[in-house]
Amino acid sequence: MIFLIILGMALVTMIPRIIPAFIVDHLIFKDWVNRFLNAIPYAALGALIFPAILYVIPDKPIIGLVGGVIAILLSLMNLNIILIVIGAILTVFILSQINWL
Amino acid sequence: MTPTKTQSNSMMKQGIKAGFPIVIGYLPVAITFGVLAKQTGLSLFELTSMSIFVYAGASQFMAVNMIGLGVSATEIILATFILNFRHFVMSFSFMNQLRMIPLRVKVPLTLGLTDETFAVSSMYTEEAKKEKGDIFYLTLLITAYLSWIGGSFLGGLLGNIIPEKLSQSMGIALYAMFIGLIIPPIKKELKLGLIALVAMITNTICSEVFLLSSGWSIVIGTIIGGLSGVFIQKEGNI
Repeated sequence: MIFLIILGMALVTMIPRIIPAFIVDHLIFKDWVNRFLNAIPYAALGALIFPAILYVIPDKPIIGLVGGVIAILLSLMNLNIILIVIGAILTVFILSQINWL
Repeated sequence: MTPTKTQSNSMMKQGIKAGFPIVIGYLPVAITFGVLAKQTGLSLFELTSMSIFVYAGASQFMAVNMIGLGVSATEIILATFILNFRHFVMSFSFMNQLRMIPLRVKVPLTLGLTDETFAVSSMYTEEAKKEKGDIFYLTLLITAYLSWIGGSFLGGLLGNIIPEKLSQSMGIALYAMFIGLIIPPIKKELKLGLIALVAMITNTICSEVFLLSSGWSIVIGTIIGGLSGVFIQKEGNI
């Protein structure tokens, strides 16, 4: 039974991922479609970050928010992405120790 | 070594390096998945298979939760389709970026497409035009894939090996990575931030006001954000 679920999940996940590989080659997009597709990564990143970042510590949205602000500040300082990730983890770790937050 | 071999090796190294932040983000999440799946009653073999064949974090957590509640297979599969449909939009954009890369490489690349691998790959646009650029993307995606499978397996086998407080704090890792990816291009071109902002606001309205599922909210946010880019980037120079 579990394997039937896994098989079904695999198919419905795989098919939407794979279809564009076969069709994009056959299409020449109008300029605006290319602009749309080129903007997708920035739009997707925005949609993935917010509001989900607020739920990192589910009952304390402020902690995720501060972690995000720290990540922005570290990015603005042109730090390596690993350091940005570690800085945000440390921020959340420290803030989650504070009970009154 | 021949120049081609050197180029391959260098692309491989860069791919692992670019994929490394994903590994840090994936490991605690994958371990948690393994622990939860085991607690729900999945065998180590079943939960590792799910990570191998489905490879979509949020939907795997959802499925395990639904299996625990005794929901029917059809409903679980339908919910998975809806939650993962966003990858269709991302794959379209990714394939358009990788036009130079042969189809036999593009197909496995799409199978390894997740929110995180898409986010990282799509910010490395130059590699698509370089010699052996396909090796860069393949290595990046395989690095992420193996960490997801390895983490799930470890979680199912050993239980929670990362202390809970740390594991919870590591939940910020992927968001910090997303921020670290998007800030440099925004610094160069402020307009790109506007696209992200439109997507964020749309996503928030969909999920918090209209109470749509997170899957649909992200799809709608991404599409509306992308469409805003058509007007924001009138000169088409992204």
